[in-house]
Amino acid sequence: MGAASKVSGKRSASVEARIPVSVLPGFHVNSNKPSEEYLIPLKLTWTATGALEPGAIVYPKPTQEKYEFADKPLSVLTGSFDIVASFKIASNASAGPGSAAGKLRYQACNNRACFPPKTVDVSVNYQIQ
Amino acid sequence: MNAPRLVATVAIVCAVVGALGYLFSHSGPQRPVDLASVKPDKERHKAPDFALKDSDGKLVHLTDYRGKVVLLDFWATWCGPCKIEIPWFEEFQRQHQQKGFAVIGVSMDDEGWEVVKPFLTRLKVNYRVLIGNDHTAQIYGGIDALPTTFLIDREGRIAAVHVGLVDRKEFENGIEQLLEAPANASAPPAVPALFAGAK
Repeated sequence: MGAASKVSGKRSASVEARIPVSVLPGFHVNSNKPSEEYLIPLKLTWTATGALEPGAIVYPKPTQEKYEFADKPLSVLTGSFDIVASFKIASNASAGPGSAAGKLRYQACNNRACFPPKTVDVSVNYQIQ
Repeated sequence: MNAPRLVATVAIVCAVVGALGYLFSHSGPQRPVDLASVKPDKERHKAPDFALKDSDGKLVHLTDYRGKVVLLDFWATWCGPCKIEIPWFEEFQRQHQQKGFAVIGVSMDDEGWEVVKPFLTRLKVNYRVLIGNDHTAQIYGGIDALPTTFLIDREGRIAAVHVGLVDRKEFENGIEQLLEAPANASAPPAVPALFAGAK
């Protein structure tokens, strides 16, 4: 996993962080709203956001894919996609650098096997102007 | 007002396990890693013993099953391919339990019985299920992918390993071969010690 690039904005501004995710060819991860109750959803949560007030998190539109192990198509994400996280920079934020930290939980499968859910760290570095 | 876009270059690669992932996606058309159907006798290694609890809290060792053919299935409730195999295993248990065969499921769910018990009830699972742990997974080679299923012969040796969903026939063939195999000379006595030692 790579580190976030440094980003910047003014106090009270609404900003978006785009978090690129790449799934290896031949694999898929469940979308944030899986089609079956037993499946583990893709989920981004912020643990510390500093001067950024977290807003909506927008996940990409999933595709409905049919796999050998499921009767019905599953709501999944494959390939490369972005998760878009909205923030508002606090009106009283001090000028200077900071960092927001979060966790992305996912659970991946291929057509014949599944892999234990994993959680990876996500960070967004920022610069308040 | 358009929000300025802050591009955070977080490169999250769902590197589900590099090397194993490679095997899965490159091991032939729709073919999982199939390490062997049933290995020849001399290539089999002893299955590691474990001590895990069943739903009644009873500690279960693999060695409790010595003398039986065992299908040891590592699975989880969130694993779609595992759900395909479970009804097969229920049927194998019904068909072969009288011949010295047993299925043992080892759930790798982090939440343990809280999620596993309702699942077992819903699927009416008729074989013993235990809650696994990292140690058990480790001694069985890591268990990165689910399902991973071991066929263990009557001498407690691993005769086959199947990683991922495989054809039902693969299991049936393996189980039948192991059940039909003559008892190994090095195996524990199949008769009571009283008779084994009698003149």
